Amino acid sequence: MIRKFIYLEWKSFLRSASFGTNLAMKILIGFLMIYFSLIFIGMGVGAFYVLKKMNLEPLVTINKFLIYYFSFDLIVRLLVQKIPVLNIKPLLVLPFKKPTIVHFSLGKTALSFFNWVHALFFVPFSVVLFLKGYDTVGILLWLIAAFCFVYINNFLNIILSNIDKLFVVFLGITALLGVAQYYDLFNITIYTTPVFQGFYESRWMALIPVLGLIGLYIFTFKYFKNNLYLDAGLSKKEDVATTENLSWLNKFGTLGTFLKNDIKLIKRNKRSKTTIFMSVIFLFYGLLFFSGGIETYDKPVMHIFAGIFVSGGFLFVFGQFVPSWDSSYYQLMMTQNIPYRGYITSKWWLIVIATFVSTILASFYLFFGWEVYLTIVVGAVYNIGVNSHLVLLGGAFTKTPIDLSSAGGAFGDKKAFNLNAMLLSLPKILLPMGLYALGFYYGNKMIGLALVAGAGVLGFVFKEKVFSLIEKRYKIEKYNTISAYKQKS
Amino acid sequence: MIQVNQLSKNYNGTTVLNIENLEIPKGQSFGLVGNNGAGKTTFFSLLLDLIQPSTGSIKSNDVQVNTSENWKSFTGSFLDESFLIGYLTPEEYFYFIGDLRNQNKADIDALLAQHEEFFNGEILNNKKYLRDLSKGNQKKVGIIGTLIGNPEVVILDEPFANLDPTTVSRLKKIIKDLADNPNVTVLVSSHDLQHTVEVCDRIVALNKGEIVKDIQTSKETLQELESFFAV
Repeated sequence: MIRKFIYLEWKSFLRSASFGTNLAMKILIGFLMIYFSLIFIGMGVGAFYVLKKMNLEPLVTINKFLIYYFSFDLIVRLLVQKIPVLNIKPLLVLPFKKPTIVHFSLGKTALSFFNWVHALFFVPFSVVLFLKGYDTVGILLWLIAAFCFVYINNFLNIILSNIDKLFVVFLGITALLGVAQYYDLFNITIYTTPVFQGFYESRWMALIPVLGLIGLYIFTFKYFKNNLYLDAGLSKKEDVATTENLSWLNKFGTLGTFLKNDIKLIKRNKRSKTTIFMSVIFLFYGLLFFSGGIETYDKPVMHIFAGIFVSGGFLFVFGQFVPSWDSSYYQLMMTQNIPYRGYITSKWWLIVIATFVSTILASFYLFFGWEVYLTIVVGAVYNIGVNSHLVLLGGAFTKTPIDLSSAGGAFGDKKAFNLNAMLLSLPKILLPMGLYALGFYYGNKMIGLALVAGAGVLGFVFKEKVFSLIEKRYKIEKYNTISAYKQKS
Repeated sequence: MIQVNQLSKNYNGTTVLNIENLEIPKGQSFGLVGNNGAGKTTFFSLLLDLIQPSTGSIKSNDVQVNTSENWKSFTGSFLDESFLIGYLTPEEYFYFIGDLRNQNKADIDALLAQHEEFFNGEILNNKKYLRDLSKGNQKKVGIIGTLIGNPEVVILDEPFANLDPTTVSRLKKIIKDLADNPNVTVLVSSHDLQHTVEVCDRIVALNKGEIVKDIQTSKETLQELESFFAV
């Protein structure tokens, strides 16, 4: 029976919209995956030597941070890992035994990217430990314990996923612990390090997470099995709707109509709400660069890199999927009295407004000096002038329908990968970095910034021309897009 | 109003629609019947420029639909749920379409009041988003949505499916009222021969993409169609 399930999964994977493009693309994606895997493995191997060089005992140091590692893992999972619940419906009335369905659904989550990605770090790290003469049995037990925690997180996420906004609580607790540790108020690692170290040193302690995992699996299994009804675990949550007029936007005519709709789109759907969350994260991303905390980041060219990202969070995470946000009702849009230009312009304004607001909010960077803030403003000018056009152009190639109701998919969804869109994202970042470097190395900082801002202004001046080009692209792609969106993810 | 010329649609060598010539005069109520796969939805999709014709063209009010977008301002259509915006309430959906068709809030409110009976108290002020409505209620929203802005061409794909008997008879009345208006051309497709015969002046039957019957509705039409499809 399991074989039938695997057959279904394999088909759904092969037949997804963006996967069925062409062979060259598949090979390229394969290479990219290998490349990123190698980087992770490199980190796993390198961690030992780097820590050794810093005169730290590698295993103890890693154990010290594992509590944060796993907390953060859980937060990320709560935020983005999708629970495969809805695909179960058609199976319920077929002659499958309920336990088989549940075991399979749970088993499927075990194979998710969010689990095996950890292996890329833990396994090479363990191999290095083994080669350096650490106790083999101890390492194995430690590795088993680590994986039990990975899977405990996996199943915790399944059980907790029905509770909204829980990740905020976990994030709060983790942040609090982090801050407390930083200011030497309370150090949780004092209590957790010996536990993780114990998995390596004692022969029996690794049994605890193993038993914990087994217990949790049984609990999840029972929970799922008892809720395998359309009006229980498989029911969709219905929100209480409120009609909003947002009539202050009326004075903007058609543009206002679209903006109203987009605001509701963002407010009322899980998936689009995460974009706001991500934009805020991006806002603080610059701190890594400007606070001087990380040496390799504290270079002028990297500063403009950060400047682009600080104000561009919304642009990157929302703009990248522009027509896809409307995918579930794209046919309606195509039959209404909407000129493409009006549609694109309203999305452009949305991006511009978000970029503008981010730039204002980013004014706390003035704390690091006016030059830092100037870099961010220049980044915003470039975002508005050039990047906003590029994301909209990239949108014409994005043919992945977006399921608005699910929170996941922002990263974890293999189906949302689009190479054309990715290639278009290179000039978004590399071009301003190149321009800045040119100005910086042949002149000074200000010339570099002026070059980047100049490119932004130039893009703004040619807005109408560029829009005609984008409009043409959208028209060419119209029929392909409609047929791709008909395929529900 | 609508002229079809040498229209055909092929998918990988299979012809799914082939209409040499078809003219629908202004004000006619036009019924399209046929089995599954006969090409009804394909024809409507071509008429709305949602797919590209392999050959030929369609002109709606002298606008060739796949080269100009001007037909959009006088055409109202509802093919399926993908014409609804799931995260809006029904009211917001109507106002949104109204905005796009240059109707103010009062116009929409008047239209909604006119169709209050059709909604049967299940649509308006119900604190539900469209995505949480039942299929039948979604359809009601979609159908009334097509009437916003006094369109000259109204296209409804399978409007009777999923509706309860009371709503079906109310819908028939709405379509008949539209048909009585000499400025409105109504196009309806259906599996249900009886409903179609009741509301349409003219019925075209499609089979495997070809027009096999084209009749003005009379007393004998239903019988004629039933015997045709009873194979």
